[in-house]
Amino acid sequence: MVTIEFLGPIQKENITMEASSLNDVAAHLSEDAELKTWLETCAVAVNDTMVMDLDTELKSGDRVSLLPPVCGG
Amino acid sequence: MLELYEGPVPVEEILVRWYKEEEKSNYGAFIPFIGTIRDEEGISGLSFDIYEPILNSWYEAWTLKAKQAGAILKMAHSRGDVPLHKSSYVAAVFSPKRRVALEMINEFVEDFKASAPIWKYDLRDGERIYAKERSTAIKGSGLLKGKS
Repeated sequence: MVTIEFLGPIQKENITMEASSLNDVAAHLSEDAELKTWLETCAVAVNDTMVMDLDTELKSGDRVSLLPPVCGG
Repeated sequence: MLELYEGPVPVEEILVRWYKEEEKSNYGAFIPFIGTIRDEEGISGLSFDIYEPILNSWYEAWTLKAKQAGAILKMAHSRGDVPLHKSSYVAAVFSPKRRVALEMINEFVEDFKASAPIWKYDLRDGERIYAKERSTAIKGSGLLKGKS
């Protein structure tokens, strides 16, 4: 199982799911209409490292974070 | 050195302390940037969420970049609510000569705005409203939107 966490303003509880790569996460989250806009604008980290590849492999215990658009300062 | 504060950052204390920390370090230039909450569009202040693990790794990468240029960075930021006319952000570069510090403070603050995992909210009529229109999508965003 991997954990999906939604940072900042998304206001959604963590999800746990079976996934062997980020492709599986994308497919699962795309079924949630509430997340559609967020998926278009969020960056993604796995275990706190930013990732750019949907083929990024996942193993049990991994944590996938969605990071919405930022505005510090 | 990355410092996080609940509420406004204590600007005067920070600037004096940073100056004192480096006054014998032989840096010829100290360039601070201070971000202050403006009174605009009826807000009573701003509020911030921070995701520390990724902020720390982003900052560590910048610390290394500064070191390679012979400079050092310091940064302080607020978490939670900051009222009007108080400051939420202080950053500074120290370098032997001015050119490196002047260029680096610009590059550092711009990358901070585009990449640091901090989310801003307007405080208005007792509500905390995500500043979506003023926010920037992090490089690589949209990865999970699926293939189109």
